[in-house]
Amino acid sequence: MSAPLPPLVDAVVAALLVFGGAFALVGAFGLAKLGDFLKRLHGPTKVTTLGIGSILVASMLWFGLRGGAPPAHELLITLFVFITAPVAAHMMVKGAMAIDDSTKPPPPPERPHDAG
Amino acid sequence: MTAAVLPWVLAMLGAAIFLALYRLVRGPGLPDRILALDTLYVVTTALLIALGIWLDSGVYFEAAMIIALLGFVGTVAFARYLERGDVVE
Repeated sequence: MSAPLPPLVDAVVAALLVFGGAFALVGAFGLAKLGDFLKRLHGPTKVTTLGIGSILVASMLWFGLRGGAPPAHELLITLFVFITAPVAAHMMVKGAMAIDDSTKPPPPPERPHDAG
Repeated sequence: MTAAVLPWVLAMLGAAIFLALYRLVRGPGLPDRILALDTLYVVTTALLIALGIWLDSGVYFEAAMIIALLGFVGTVAFARYLERGDVVE
């Protein structure tokens, strides 16, 4: 498009891209590797925050600092993903609890009923 | 430097997609498959944004946005199906 970025900004963009890609890979590896559903939920939540977040920041720097339009698209995607990711995870755990008793927390211990 | 690093980032995101696909096929339960689908949506969004930087084009943001949006709606619908046995009551 327009003028190339200064070397420092270029290096920051590259570092953010590698950071985000590495987090996406580690999160997906956790999804594939870990032992039960509640453990597996940890990996993808890292992908939806740090992974996609740093890739979006890299994109904002890349397209925003070259005299083009302000990076509204990236901001919208960031906002949307960061708002919806916890909601989606919460709904998934509620669904898992509805069909699988092993994901429910243990009941509270029995206490003798004291009248008065 | 970004140009040198981008193919590796795309490869990492592709490997993440394959790991999520492995969990999608393997299961073992419905919640795991929904979680794998949700991860697929998110990683695909990141992949499209990285592809936009690689091709130096802003066209892919709309596609990434639509995938993120419909992915969330799909995840919520699947989770509601698990919870209530029905998507829209």
